[in-house]
Amino acid sequence: MKIIKTCLTAVISSMMIFSPMAYADKWSDQFPHIKATGDIPGDCSYEKMSKKNYKGKTLKINTHAIPVMGEPTALHAEQFEKLTGGTVEVTHTPAGDLYSKAMVPFQAGQAPYDVVFGFSNFINDWKRYLAPVPKKYMNSPEMKDVTKSHMGVSSWDGTMYQYPVDGDRHYLKYRKDVIDNPEMQKKYKAETGKDLKVPTTWKEYGEMAKFFNGWDWDGDGELEYGSAEVMKKDDLMFAAFFSRSVAYAKNPRTPGGFFFDLETMKPNINNPGFVEALTDWVEATKYVPPGGTNFGLGDEIGSFGGGQTLFSFSWDDAFIAAMQDDSPIKNKVGAAPLPGANKVWNRVSNSWENQYNQAPYIVWGWAVGVAKKSKVKDMAFDYLCFFSNGANHQADLAIGRFGVNPFKNSDFDPNIYINSMGWDPEIANSYTKTLLDMEKSNNRVFPLRVPGVFEFTSAVATGTSKALAGQLSPQEALDEVAKEWEAIVGRVGKKAVQDAYSVGVKMEDNKL
Amino acid sequence: MNFKHKYFFLFPGLFVLIGILIFPIIFVVRLSLSGWNSYNPGLDYIGLENYIRLFTDDPRFWESFFRLSFLSVTTVILQYVIGFALAHMVWKDIKFKRFFRVLFLVPMMTTPVIMTVIWRTFFHESLGPVNDMLSVFGVAPKWLTDPVIAKFTVIIVEVWQWTPFMFLLLLAGLLSLPKEPFLAAAIDGASPVRKFIYVTFPLMAPISIGAIIIRLIEASKIMDTVYVLTSGGPGTSTETSSFYIFIKGLREFQMGYAASMSFTYLIIMIISLTIIAKVLTKLLLKE
Repeated sequence: MKIIKTCLTAVISSMMIFSPMAYADKWSDQFPHIKATGDIPGDCSYEKMSKKNYKGKTLKINTHAIPVMGEPTALHAEQFEKLTGGTVEVTHTPAGDLYSKAMVPFQAGQAPYDVVFGFSNFINDWKRYLAPVPKKYMNSPEMKDVTKSHMGVSSWDGTMYQYPVDGDRHYLKYRKDVIDNPEMQKKYKAETGKDLKVPTTWKEYGEMAKFFNGWDWDGDGELEYGSAEVMKKDDLMFAAFFSRSVAYAKNPRTPGGFFFDLETMKPNINNPGFVEALTDWVEATKYVPPGGTNFGLGDEIGSFGGGQTLFSFSWDDAFIAAMQDDSPIKNKVGAAPLPGANKVWNRVSNSWENQYNQAPYIVWGWAVGVAKKSKVKDMAFDYLCFFSNGANHQADLAIGRFGVNPFKNSDFDPNIYINSMGWDPEIANSYTKTLLDMEKSNNRVFPLRVPGVFEFTSAVATGTSKALAGQLSPQEALDEVAKEWEAIVGRVGKKAVQDAYSVGVKMEDNKL
Repeated sequence: MNFKHKYFFLFPGLFVLIGILIFPIIFVVRLSLSGWNSYNPGLDYIGLENYIRLFTDDPRFWESFFRLSFLSVTTVILQYVIGFALAHMVWKDIKFKRFFRVLFLVPMMTTPVIMTVIWRTFFHESLGPVNDMLSVFGVAPKWLTDPVIAKFTVIIVEVWQWTPFMFLLLLAGLLSLPKEPFLAAAIDGASPVRKFIYVTFPLMAPISIGAIIIRLIEASKIMDTVYVLTSGGPGTSTETSSFYIFIKGLREFQMGYAASMSFTYLIIMIISLTIIAKVLTKLLLKE
């Protein structure tokens, strides 16, 4: 049985990789974006979409600013128009305003946009205004290929409200040409007495980043630095902080909540695990490039992707940017799980456990839904299905600035990256293994998805940015955040937050 | 003609006034008495809860207000001094007068958000040209990441962008001044400095007060520069009232609470600007 299953998987994988050849000429001539694969058969392939007729209908989309997600939205809208004869109007909005731009008309009972892009952690606030994904798409082979984690991220208690177009997680990116360089290893050993290797703890990360900070270690005539991180206030910095916190604060032996104690809804955010992570982060301000404490995601991608730093951690985009053909460091980078820690906080016994701990952060990512009040729901879902069809998805994955990252099981085949994108096999293997291992982990942290999520994350951004700026100590900053979180829970209602949070906890505790 | 007909002609203006001024203010007041947020959309009634929270449990609002006061007063003083100097310069018969008059207006004609993005690139501490040039002298200020310097970076951008507005008002004022007092001063043999102190400046006082008040009103709404340049950081060191209200209202979607802050802010601004106008009038128009 196992052999049959393996053979079947191999045949399906080969079909997905090599079958495009049959359509390559017909569709890739017309749409050069998919020249590497041609059309890939599926429910929403170019071939199938060309048979739809949406002439006279208009689809209105609100998406992010160009390039991240905004560029592929516009590109696929243009392709969709050519194939179906319909009209697609795309509005681009800055990341910080995506929530309110949809929420204001939603609350006013209007639907100026049929399709709204946002982040997956908006789901709790948005779900009552979104149409669930229809069964015919849920049963499609493309949807069956979506990983369990990302099915969970796009759904609420079993109902899918957000159409999967992107998969996000935070992981470590490092300069392989430096870490694996025998000369550098010798130098590091001589000066620190320690081995230069891919860091497995945040302390090692900090030591190495500090050592490689402020000198020209790649001989390009420019100074290089230790780490590029998202530290700019209100610019997704809270996610970077959670990435650093999971190692110290996500204890697999204490289920029942990472952000809150699910039973009491008391915030965990100021416990010693989180404080240790923030202390490390404050220390990190010493090994980021000049101005690094004002880096947003775009700066982080540009900095690591442009070869300025040894390390980086956050979404895939910096790694993909580094591996693009025009990158000065193509095939010189490696991927690894987020560093862990040699101790982890036990919030039940109120003590440190001195053992190694690592936890993947399946961070929120781009998500998109169809407004319940939309009058062109069929067209909207077809557009989203087309957006993420096999050919578009593989082509989008290869372009760092697009912000489209793996979320299908078939994405973890290293051959995609070796054959279509020219990646070094060793790097492609380490990349797919890193992502796949996160899917398999039993100690994952998922994004906070509770009512008024923006209030919670905004409080984290404010508190941690005060600590990074030296306005408050890490403990004081997180005490302030905890106080604010308690106030928010009080305003929203303990029961409402608890009910919503329990869904995330079930996922973290591997019960969903 | 029936005397009452005059009301008929007032109606169009009155409707517009109610629609665009009175209704929004009344709505904001009503909104401020509700708990409208992302999970509870609607105009429920929670009394003065938002105001109590604002006055007893939100030091961040008051910190941002005092920061705003510092930023707006500093930028307006600098804009007034520089704007007056430039206006005075092109008021006189100098070469390329027309060219300079247009040139000095260029910053005001550019889009603030776009220009702030360009300034942010200039001040980028590792990739920007400013620190690249300053590295010749061995200095590399932390333009956007030091809590104190970041405030001055915001001031620089604001002064650059809005000094032309001050320049324009003051130049218009200078061009409308009567010639006789200047002729009299010239006959008396007054030096250029004395002429400025005893003739130009006093004559310009009413226009100066108007220009300063207009700019103070505008500067107190500073938002786009902070949003693009620093996002209120590092920490909360460049966060102003309007940016904080924006975060609470449109980022966190606490509409009711943001409305209470907006209304409180409006009242404070009306009172403080009235006092400032009175003080300026007393100081500059004492004779």
